[in-house]
Formats: sequence, structure tokens, C-alpha cells
Amino acid sequence: MGKFLARRLLNHVVLIFLATSFAYLLAATNLHPRDYFEQMQPPPAPEAVNAQLDTLNLNDETPLAQRYATWITGVVQGDFGKTIQGREVADQMWMKAGVTLRLITVATLLGGAVGIAVGAYAAVRQYRRFDKAATAASFFVLSVPTVVIAIVVQVLAVAINDGLGFQLLRYSGEYSAGFDGTWWQFLGNRIHHALLPTTVLAVALFAAFARYQRNMMLDVLGADFVRTAMAKGLTRRKALFKHALRTALIPTITYFTFTFGALVSGATFTEKIYGWHGMGAWLIDSIFRNDVHVVAAVSWFMAITIMAASFLSDVLYAWLDPRVRV
Amino acid sequence: MNTIEKSTETAEAPSVPPAPDRLKDVVRRLLGTRRVIVGLAMLALLTVLAFVGPLISGWEVGRRDFSAMLEGPSFEHWMGTNRTGQDIFTQSTAGLQKSLLIGLLVALISTGVAALVGAFAGYFGKMTDKALMWVADLALVLPNFVILAILSEHFIGQGGWLVLVILLAAFSWMVTSKMVRGLTISLREREYIHAARFMGVPPHRIILRHILPNMSSLLIADATIMVSTAIIGETALSYFGLGVQPPDISLGMVIAAGSSFATTAPWMFVFPTVLLVLMVLAVNMIGDGLRDALDPHSTSRRS
Repeated sequence: MGKFLARRLLNHVVLIFLATSFAYLLAATNLHPRDYFEQMQPPPAPEAVNAQLDTLNLNDETPLAQRYATWITGVVQGDFGKTIQGREVADQMWMKAGVTLRLITVATLLGGAVGIAVGAYAAVRQYRRFDKAATAASFFVLSVPTVVIAIVVQVLAVAINDGLGFQLLRYSGEYSAGFDGTWWQFLGNRIHHALLPTTVLAVALFAAFARYQRNMMLDVLGADFVRTAMAKGLTRRKALFKHALRTALIPTITYFTFTFGALVSGATFTEKIYGWHGMGAWLIDSIFRNDVHVVAAVSWFMAITIMAASFLSDVLYAWLDPRVRV
Repeated sequence: MNTIEKSTETAEAPSVPPAPDRLKDVVRRLLGTRRVIVGLAMLALLTVLAFVGPLISGWEVGRRDFSAMLEGPSFEHWMGTNRTGQDIFTQSTAGLQKSLLIGLLVALISTGVAALVGAFAGYFGKMTDKALMWVADLALVLPNFVILAILSEHFIGQGGWLVLVILLAAFSWMVTSKMVRGLTISLREREYIHAARFMGVPPHRIILRHILPNMSSLLIADATIMVSTAIIGETALSYFGLGVQPPDISLGMVIAAGSSFATTAPWMFVFPTVLLVLMVLAVNMIGDGLRDALDPHSTSRRS
């Protein structure tokens, strides 16, 4: 099993390298950092623009291969180049990565756990009231884009706050600006702010998981091995948990890996709408600023998270399905 | 002589019960599901609305009414107007049309690609499997949102939305293909596949005739999810101005324009959003009903 995981890990490192390089090359050829400087008021002299682009390693007159070589040498040493405003990408990245990771991790755990539980239970009670309610709910949520959920929740929060006359729900920013207090108060403030965005993200994920887990569970419930398990005298509960649910979790684990990628981009809207300064919001801003290095760095980060999720699912897969371990 | 001839004339073959017709069976079961009927009816209505709506509203797509800017629903403008005086009903239905096309095309292309790649990888195994799954892995790690956003300048102009369709499809086949591969590996060892192989049926025929039809329920359920995913993805890209580009219009763009007015001018946001939600809901209902109808076990599960 160790060998299996080690091989996967090596494969992932190669994939991350290729994905990041690809993103860099695509960004370097399709974004136009020169425009950013030329649009400045008052317009700078062409020589000044060139000099600026040269120091940032963004000059489109330098051959692409040479720019790439400079950039990748830096990345290998942990230097992700400079933003178009001349700040270090790496310094800003760790802060923003933390914001995004917190949001995503909590939302995944929350949404995934509730979704799997609800989906599995709905399958067991197929066509009963619980199943109908759960299916209807996940159906409805799946039909509403995260953007819409985020906006509607925000509008509702405003209405609730107005109705109550005080700020029960926070819907803007990651923490109150200039907040002063002990570490615990600060943590409370952050959780207060994180409540709505995390819920928005978790709700979307919950629906996907509930629906998927229900389908997978239904496939398994009709299988012979579940009937055998019950025939040999296991209680229904035990047969369902140890045999049906465990088997039905395997495809869901695979599904989880790949929803994670979508989740990373899904977090983008939530960050943007709720004013969190995470990777997603940074990415959107940088594309409009033609900031090649930030785009490449965010791609690297996204590739890493997706691969980490994939690796995690490999581990879970090996744990759930003994055949993989051999 | 005469009588014998007569008897052979009238003799009928011993009656054999007609072979069960899978298609007929599926259709019968589908029509017996209320969800599917409701979904189909909704989808049909929305499709009619999408193609007829822009023609009957009395306003052209993109045309501005300078006498009515940011006004609520009225007799003139059924669903009100936006900040620049464009008719929301016209914009939304025209957008619905494009979103519908994008969703269907993306689902069709990506499910087709997923089925073929997954089945070939699973059936042939070894190097084919490794190579194809490596490509799938690479496509999965590539942050699709970033790439679509970077390439958004190519969505401008005539037929630019087709580029968007191809790119959306290019980043949505991987998950399904992995599931197809997994199923193919288990199907490959079934007796009827062995039988077909030993009879000398070429591999591509085995895949197309025996393996893929066997997972049609998965593929169809997945294709419907893909329709909604594609539409939602397009909405998301358009929200940031990185999706369908003007002069083309999509539901996502209308919603994006309306979202900042959600509290002050709700008609700008509510109507296109309701259209979008209804459409995805209809597609999902059909998909779920299809899954139940195509699944041979589902009758026994029905209480």
C-alpha cells in the first residue's frame, strides 16, 4: 500500500508541475501586462514601460522560453515572481491561501458529512417521506447556482439584520476591520464572519453529495452481498453500515476528489461576494489586471489542493476497498 | 391434395411470446413516472419560451428603450427594464435560448468523450489505460476556471460561444470517464463479454454494443447533471464577465447584470433567475426519472 501511495504521489508532483507550467504559458501568451502600464494616466514613456516589464520578467518582447526559464527557476526556489505592482507574490499568497483553505476545508467537511448521511439514509428509505423531502431539497439546491445562493443569502441576512435592529449575521469581510480584543474574541469574530459564506458553500456541496450518495447506495442495496449479509444473520443496521454503506462510499470518495476542484473555483464566487480576500477573489482581480505571475501562482495553488484531495481520496479508497492494497 | 395444401396455407407458427422490447419497456416506465412528465412539460414550455419569447415580446434583443430605464413590470415591458432600458423579458428568453444550447451541447460532447475514453481505457487496460487516465488526471489538475477565464477573450465575436462550449466540455468529461472506466473493468470479466470476445467480435464493437449500453443509466444520469453543471458554470463565468461575450447574450449575463440590483430592482434579478432554476430543475427531474426507468433493479425496489 505504501508503494501504491508513493507512486501516486510522484505522479501528482509531475502533474502539478505540468499544470502550473501550462497555466503560466497560457497566461503569458493570452494576458497583456503591457496594456496595464500603457493604460496608466498619465501614459508613461515606452522606455519606462519596457524597463518596468523587464524588471518584472513580463516583457512580451523577451522570448517566451526565456521568460518561462526565469520564472520556473524562481518557482523551484520558492519565488513566485512579483505581482504587476511589484510586490512579492509568495508573501501575499500564503495569507490568501489560508483564507481559502479555511473556507474550503470547513465547507467540505460539513457539506460532505451531512450530504453522505442524508443521501445514504434517503436511499434506505427510498420513496418514503424522508427520501422525498431530501431528494426534493437536493434537487432544488442543485438547480440554483452558488452565485444565486450566495446573493440570496446575503439579501436575506440584510433583511434579518434590519428586522432585528442589530447585526446578527455578518455578510461582508473576513473579520471586522480594526477589531481589538483577546485571541478568543478575535476567533469568535472570525467565526461570526465565516458563518454565512461557509454555509453557502456547504449547502451547494451537501446537495451534490446527497444526490450522488443516494444513487450509489441504491445500486448497492439491491446487490446480492447485502442480501447475503442479512441472510447470514446480520442485523439490518449492521448489514447496511458494514456492507452497503462501505461499498457505496467508494465511488463517492472518487467523486469527492473531483468535486473538490470545482469547489475551489466555487469558493471564488463566495469569496468575491462576501468580500473575503482569498485566492479566488485574487485570481479574478489579477486576470483583469493582466497579472501573469499571480494567475500562475493561483493555478499552482489550485493544482496542489486538487492533488492533495486526490491523494487523500486514494488513502481513503485503499482503506475502504481492500483490493487496492494488494 | 387439396385439403393438405389448404391446411399448410392456414397453419400458423406456434405463437411465441414477443421478445421483451427494452426501448418500449423503458418508455412505458418513463411515462409512468410523474417527475419525468412534469420535467418534460417544464422543459418543453421553457424551450418554447426560449425560442418564441424574443419574437413576441415586441422588443429586439439588446434594443434600448430610452423612455423606460430601470422600470418595473408594465404592459409595455412585461418583466420590466434594466438600467440601460433593455427589456428584461426579451433579454432573459434570448439568454435562456443560448444557455439551453450551451448546456445540451456541452453535455452531449463531454458525455460522449467520457464514455469512449473511459470504456477504451478500461477495456484495453495496460498502456492505453495508463495514457488515457494520465490525460484525464492532467485535465483534472488544470484549474479549469483559470484557463477558461484566461481564454475568455476568444469568446468574443461570431461563434465565440462555440469556443466556450468546447472548452467547457473539455473540462467536464474526466470524472465520468473515470467512473466509466471503473465499471468497464468489472464488466470486462462478465461471461457475455467473454463470449463476444471468443466469437471474434472486434473490441470497438464490444465496447459500443455490449459495454456502453450496459452503463447507459449512469451515462444518462450523468449527462443530465452535466447539462445543469454546464449551465451553472456558464452562469458563473458570465457573472465575472468571463463567459459568453456581447453581442451574444446568455442567461448568466442577465443574472449577473441583475444581481447588483437584487434589493433595489428585484425584477431584474428574479425573472432570469427563476427561468434558470426552472430549467435546471426540469433537466434534473428528467435525469432522475430516466435513471430509475433505465435501472433494471428499480422495479423490485419500488414498494
